[in-house]
Amino acid sequence: MATTLADDLRPLHHPHSWVTKYVWSQDHKVIAIQYSVTAISIGLVALVLSALMRLQLGFPGLFPAIQPDNYLQFVSMHGMIMVVYLLTALLLGGFGNYLIPLMIGARDMVFPFVNMLSFWFYLLSVIVLVAGFFVPGGPTGAGWTLYPPQAITEGTPGHQWGIATMLVSLAIFVAAFTMGGLNYVTTVLQARTRGMTLMRMPLSVWGIFTASVMGLLAFPALFVAAIMMLFDHFAGTSFFMPTMQSMGAITDTQGGSPLLFQHLFWFFGHPEVYIVALPAFGIVSDLISVHARRNIFGYRMMVWAIVIIGALSFLVWAHHMYVSGMNPYFGFFFATSTLIIAIPTAIKVYNWLLTLWRGDIHLRVPMLFAIAFIFTFIHGGLSGLFLGNVSVDVPLSDTFFVVAHFHMVMGVSPVLVIFGAIYHWYPKIFGRMWNETLGKLHFWITFLGVYAIFLPMHYLGILGVPRRYYALGETAFIPQSVHLANAWISIAALIVFVAQGMFFFNMIWSLFRGPRADPNPWGAASLEWLTPDTPPGHGNWGPHLPVVHRWAYDYSVPGAARDFIPQTEPRT
Amino acid sequence: MSILTRLTEKSWEPGAQPVERDRPSAGAVGTVAYFGVALVMFSLLVAAYLMRMGLHGGMGHEHDWKPMPDPPLLWINTLVLAASSVAWEVARRKRMVSAAAFGAVLGALFLGGQLLLWNHYQAAGYALSGNPANAFFYLLTALHGLHIVGGLFAAGRALAAANMRNIALCALYWHFLLVIWLVLAALLLST
Repeated sequence: MATTLADDLRPLHHPHSWVTKYVWSQDHKVIAIQYSVTAISIGLVALVLSALMRLQLGFPGLFPAIQPDNYLQFVSMHGMIMVVYLLTALLLGGFGNYLIPLMIGARDMVFPFVNMLSFWFYLLSVIVLVAGFFVPGGPTGAGWTLYPPQAITEGTPGHQWGIATMLVSLAIFVAAFTMGGLNYVTTVLQARTRGMTLMRMPLSVWGIFTASVMGLLAFPALFVAAIMMLFDHFAGTSFFMPTMQSMGAITDTQGGSPLLFQHLFWFFGHPEVYIVALPAFGIVSDLISVHARRNIFGYRMMVWAIVIIGALSFLVWAHHMYVSGMNPYFGFFFATSTLIIAIPTAIKVYNWLLTLWRGDIHLRVPMLFAIAFIFTFIHGGLSGLFLGNVSVDVPLSDTFFVVAHFHMVMGVSPVLVIFGAIYHWYPKIFGRMWNETLGKLHFWITFLGVYAIFLPMHYLGILGVPRRYYALGETAFIPQSVHLANAWISIAALIVFVAQGMFFFNMIWSLFRGPRADPNPWGAASLEWLTPDTPPGHGNWGPHLPVVHRWAYDYSVPGAARDFIPQTEPRT
Repeated sequence: MSILTRLTEKSWEPGAQPVERDRPSAGAVGTVAYFGVALVMFSLLVAAYLMRMGLHGGMGHEHDWKPMPDPPLLWINTLVLAASSVAWEVARRKRMVSAAAFGAVLGALFLGGQLLLWNHYQAAGYALSGNPANAFFYLLTALHGLHIVGGLFAAGRALAAANMRNIALCALYWHFLLVIWLVLAALLLST
């Protein structure tokens, strides 16, 4: 059946009222914005939590309102919100929804109704998550990994209701993601326009597509783990709960395996890292290519690397469990598979650098963020080589070195790409241009700021400063300088925190007052810049679908009239 | 075009404009993609089942895993689901809406049988929290049952519209759930 290929408007659901157009919308662009606004809003909550944590760590004792229990709750909620509810939802639900149909030349996702349901389930999961702040006992303080038995045992903050709202919210999120993910995968496979072969797709689509496939295969593990823990919590089963003493009394549970939960959690948790990273890889490739006016170096290798990284990431999960105890041969296997991932990843980094080499580089705000990503990603990737080795990981486990590592590689790096991507596509999404000066200021404070925050953390970690501690107190092995470093990190974090106001001001102010944007302000060759209207109308392409004649990276082609050739231009 | 040819295309070189073949319907691709999701979910549960079953004894403790008995109802339900799958297959091949409706009824009957099975075990004192074997049994059958419920919902819509293409997809889905159930039943019977 080729309904999606034909120039046929029938399959589209046409909205008639304001409510069906902007609230119960089935248009992928509106859903993308709904997803993005929700994700960024809940992300701001997590950002505030991190500021509160830094206040406590930098100036212990100065804020009596932050009690040890609160601190643990902030840590747990910050982690889970940032990883799942912000990054996953924004990169796949937000950018995936907006970019896939436009970049492959489709009118919409193939299942628009399911797409709409996906957003409303996601919103529900966020509401249940936020409800955790208001239940008796507050949200869970079990750490974002939610390890049993402590997560549901007395003594952990939120062990009664906080953990329940978290688990229910995660289960709903998985349902929402599954609906969205099936849409993204099927749309890429089914709804490409005429001439758009797989290898003519922009790398953004490849990254989002591969991440969606991975999400579909990884999130069931989280779903199963959440359901089983809910059973343990409310029905008294012993999937994960061992025989133990709690508060001086033997519990009813017996024989369950906490390790089983860890395996399930990390079978989801590790691919999750790449579910966040691969869309960022794809998007940054496009930003670099467009703003350096050069075709991406090694396009085929970039695609293969994305797919290989995606496949390998399912074979490394136990490297998060070196200190949980395992057969030494397992440790050897997982350390080896972990280090092998460095190869396709390094290929990608080299190809980004070689794309920049002798390029006609325009240092606009999106490009600045893209180049900054290369810095932070190399940085976080290199500390990953340390942690991938069992013998190095064991002493560094649960220290600030780990915190610094994963914040650089999967916190800061994707967030920088997200900023770059928002600056890059904003003129198409809203038809307005943002303020360049404010954008550059936002960039420099954020980029230098994250180094000021996370570089010293590596040092703290090597000194042995443990993570998830409310206060360090006076200990023999922790020198006085650690407290100074902590205060410095906190001040830098607060400055970066406040500086994000510039981004939000810029985006909201430009929405109303920004100058009208050119339909293709960067001179990009890919399809999303070639829509008849800016912002694209319902159905995206007017009466006729575009026909694709070339790949998305024809920049600075010798002999061409302009320094880019749109994908729709026929070969002569 | 094989997937290998597609992935090795040198898209930057001038080449002939590719010829579009007919693609399978979006519904078919989406359904098969969902099989991947459900397959991972049930595989992980089976892995967890085996791990939890062997672990306690493997650690040198007394075995706490007490298998449940296998009443004849388990076999009857399996036969009902198999018959349901056959009916769907007939509907798909002969394009018979009535056979599809019969398949859906048998599917609902299977669900009723599973509920009877639950009652049977409850009455015999096999409570959810009594033993990990019981907990896994209830969890697996509940998740499988939910998939049947979802299938019945989709079947209802396909039947109401007498949409042969969606009926064929429902048949595929029923076969998938039958295979999953056979694996689960074999697991429950053999342990």
